[in-house]
Amino acid sequence: MEFEAVIGLETHVQLNTKTKLFCSCPTTFGAEPNTQVCPICMGHPGVLPVLNKQAMEYAIITGLALNCEISTFSKFDRKNYFYPDLPKAYQVSQFDKPICGKGYVTIVDNGVEKKIGITRAHLEEDAGKLLHNEAGGKSGVDLNRTGIPLLEIVSEPDIRTPEEAYLYLQALKNIIQYLSVSDCNMEEGSLRCDANVSVRPKGQKEFGTKAEIKNMNSFRNVQRAIAYEIERQIDEITSGGKIVQETRLWDADRNITLPMRSKEEAHDYRYFPEPDLVPMVNEQSYFDELKKRIPELPYPRMLRFINQFSLPQYDAEMLTNDKSLAEFFETCTTLYDDPKIISNWILSELLRELNDRKINISQCTITPGKLTDMLKLIKDGTISGKIAKSVFIDMCETGKTATQIVNDKGLTQISDTSEIQKIVEDIIAQNPKVVEEYKAGKEKSFMFLIGQIMRATRGKANPAMVNEMLRKALD
Amino acid sequence: MAFTEKDVDYIANLARLSLSPQETKQFTSQLDKILSYVHKLDELNTESVEPTAHILPVNNVFRADEPKTCPNAQYAVEQAPELINGLFSVPKVIE
Amino acid sequence: MTLYAKTAVELLAMMRRKEACAREIVESVFQRIEAINDKLNAFVALDKEGALKKADEVDRKRAAGEPLGELAGIPVGIKDNLCNHTHPTTCASNILQGYNAAFTGTAVRKLHKADAVIIGNLNMDEFAMGSSCETSFYGPCKNPWNLDYIPGGSSGGSASAVAADMAVMTLGSDTGGSIRQPASLCGVVGMKPTYGRVSRFGLVAFASSLDQIGPITKTVEDNALLLKVISGHDTHDSTSIDTPVPDYLSLLDKPLKGLKIGIPKEYFIDGMDAEVEQSVRAGIDTLKKLGAETVDISLPHTEYAVSTYYIIATAEASSNLARFDGVRYGNRTKNPSDLKELYYKSRSEGFGDEVKRRILLGTYVLSSGYYDAYYKKAQKVRTLIRQDFTKAFEKVDCIITPVSPTPAFKLGEKINDPLTMYLGDIFTISINLAGLPALSVPCGFSGNGLPIGMQIIGKTLDEERILQIGHVFEKNTLFHKEKPALG
Repeated sequence: MEFEAVIGLETHVQLNTKTKLFCSCPTTFGAEPNTQVCPICMGHPGVLPVLNKQAMEYAIITGLALNCEISTFSKFDRKNYFYPDLPKAYQVSQFDKPICGKGYVTIVDNGVEKKIGITRAHLEEDAGKLLHNEAGGKSGVDLNRTGIPLLEIVSEPDIRTPEEAYLYLQALKNIIQYLSVSDCNMEEGSLRCDANVSVRPKGQKEFGTKAEIKNMNSFRNVQRAIAYEIERQIDEITSGGKIVQETRLWDADRNITLPMRSKEEAHDYRYFPEPDLVPMVNEQSYFDELKKRIPELPYPRMLRFINQFSLPQYDAEMLTNDKSLAEFFETCTTLYDDPKIISNWILSELLRELNDRKINISQCTITPGKLTDMLKLIKDGTISGKIAKSVFIDMCETGKTATQIVNDKGLTQISDTSEIQKIVEDIIAQNPKVVEEYKAGKEKSFMFLIGQIMRATRGKANPAMVNEMLRKALD
Repeated sequence: MAFTEKDVDYIANLARLSLSPQETKQFTSQLDKILSYVHKLDELNTESVEPTAHILPVNNVFRADEPKTCPNAQYAVEQAPELINGLFSVPKVIE
Repeated sequence: MTLYAKTAVELLAMMRRKEACAREIVESVFQRIEAINDKLNAFVALDKEGALKKADEVDRKRAAGEPLGELAGIPVGIKDNLCNHTHPTTCASNILQGYNAAFTGTAVRKLHKADAVIIGNLNMDEFAMGSSCETSFYGPCKNPWNLDYIPGGSSGGSASAVAADMAVMTLGSDTGGSIRQPASLCGVVGMKPTYGRVSRFGLVAFASSLDQIGPITKTVEDNALLLKVISGHDTHDSTSIDTPVPDYLSLLDKPLKGLKIGIPKEYFIDGMDAEVEQSVRAGIDTLKKLGAETVDISLPHTEYAVSTYYIIATAEASSNLARFDGVRYGNRTKNPSDLKELYYKSRSEGFGDEVKRRILLGTYVLSSGYYDAYYKKAQKVRTLIRQDFTKAFEKVDCIITPVSPTPAFKLGEKINDPLTMYLGDIFTISINLAGLPALSVPCGFSGNGLPIGMQIIGKTLDEERILQIGHVFEKNTLFHKEKPALG
């Protein structure tokens, strides 16, 4: 029997506001435990929440970018449960009136476009951190993270493969980073994702019993965990077993999912409207105003890059995945009229430099002006493409312009016919044996001679001229 | 529908209260009485009535996103019955 | 008359005239407390040192001609559920023994700013859950008019202390009558302001959509004075109303001519205490003689108020009291073996029976499968109760009713019968459900010498009018001048 997987993702995105959702505590990552707290986020008796307007705006902007219907009436509810990282023993969240309703995200899988539905996106407060194995085998609670605004984005069960799940997350992350409302860093926990996975025989309409997968700390892990889980469920069913509805944890070391060890409580969250907060009532005109703040998003930008710059889809996608890279590219195109060459340099040399140095493009000394000046030097024959690569590395290291480096190091390409002619003749004279071999039909010998010429000129000879003149001299 | 000791057990568990058998018995009978009385509300047809969550006609109360360090944070943390390395200590939690 | 027995308005005048200084007043009040608090158990925490220090500061400021706040030098007691930074705030519960407030709430901060002298914390029903002040961890507070009787609740300590001259004025909190009922049973003046008029920031929550802080005083004048000090918009409370606060005290003298008083038939029912009915009706007659007219009105959903209230209040309470888990503050059971034991034992040791009962009830009405039948239903009936008042106020300026169906009852009389205790709140809880202001003023005494109060209910944010009515009534009656015969 052939099976099909049904996957839905719940993604928690930490909004990068300066303060928490309901109090003025700072949200900086990595502070000493329990230092970014106050009686409000610690849930002391007598405290009250007041909503951070920026968080609401970020939620609306994100909703708009995800093509969601934004609610003109939205409210908060309390979700009641006990856990040491939840100081009030309720999480202020949204139950029946989320700020963002139905929407979708577009992904491209092997050139095929697909829309993944968004069920809803709602605001809620983050919990604290529970650290295990403290002194005396106890657990300890750090409340610095408590109350940081989260946007929980719930997808429809539209995802069918682990690859689609990966692409969905990548698309979501790209959009949110474009909006600058979250860092979306899975390692730092500013983006977290749980997956609901079930399988069913192909063609069946009803959903199978689902398992919820938690504890995945990278997009690749999400993909792997889902792939494992699909296989596990199919094995279970085909060997006559039954899927139980449960929460499973991804074990990245062993590449498997395992049922949670602790006995799960029967969930009865007793949601009810948060009496300490008043509703958010907004008009369409306000949403229209916020919409103006949304930049061109990655997917439409990619389509435009393909059309406007005649780039292959791979290039367009790579460039538009990162907003700053896309902007860098576009600026370059206004300074130098060969988009494909620019794209090649950005995607190979520039990205390699950024990766090697573990920096982002804004921290790099290369500006669009510097890159395109260098490309102009190649084009007008001042330097060869090969020399340019070393010049580029120098530019990154020293911050100098290509022209400065070429002048300082005397790297200007030799394009003087008589000068090259003289070197060609010298090399032929010095290597009679090789010349003979070439004449006997050994093409490799030609390349050896080219190498010798380039070495003699320290790579500065115009390669096209060398090639042509050597051929002429030998034939 | 009768309110039973099983109901009390269920809600006591949700509310993290441990009750002696005697307490369970007493609360069951008291709550049963109260709930029977409360069912008076069933007399009213409220189908077309909007629920009141907030008594005030107040919406959109916001705070500006300006960080402030709380001067009372340390004092508040020190109210804890048990701290380990600045963390609130709880018995080992298994996930 | 000794200093402690005077009103705030009188004492402020004396201080202005240099006939008394703040230190003398505070010392006098502490003498009174030291003499009789053991009998009444009204104060559960005292800060004599801090109070005298503040009194001296006021006296120094006055001598130096520096500006002084509106309550400069007046000894004020606060209910044990109001946060005053570094001072105990225990809600008369075992679960908060040893807890000191981590910040100062807005109402208390306004007291400090007005140069009031905060003398200590007042007894109450545990977490404000009760109508008799018997559920306190510190033991019951007593009614100064008869020590065998309850002072009312939950702000029993706040009312008892004012009636017994142990505090010039106090703050209470009112979720279903917790200021008005004890004020009525102790023969003092108590106000529950409009929901949102006084910030709840720093009031330990019982039922967030119903709770309000309010003043308990010896006279309506003092009430107007204290209400003005604690009222006003607060950016820390999202449910606080952003409307200017009138100078209630200076607006008190307004004649009653043309005033339309609504008399709801549902509040004068067969089987109610005859003395209570008589006193309240006599009170209404007094107002009529002073120029007011009465209009018969109906608040048809009154009989559903107790049910509605006990669903909404307990549901919110079950959530509000979940934070007491032994992790960050308050009672933590000794050597818990696991997380479960930490939670169950810390909470079960910490809370008393009434609190547990209400947590259980509130948890039940919110639990899966019951939400619509109970909580949502109650929210809908709450709408109907509100609408009753809205309709009534189209015809009248205020509504007058009894505060409590009976005068104070004996200690222990109802404590084992929760439903009967709850039904005693019938005349006060609708006002909380509708978010309206209401004032309790003394209007008589029972045959055995226990005070009876009259409730004047106003329109939203119309505290001004009900204070005026109360003030005129008070000027034309002597009930508020009676003092209990305590040693």
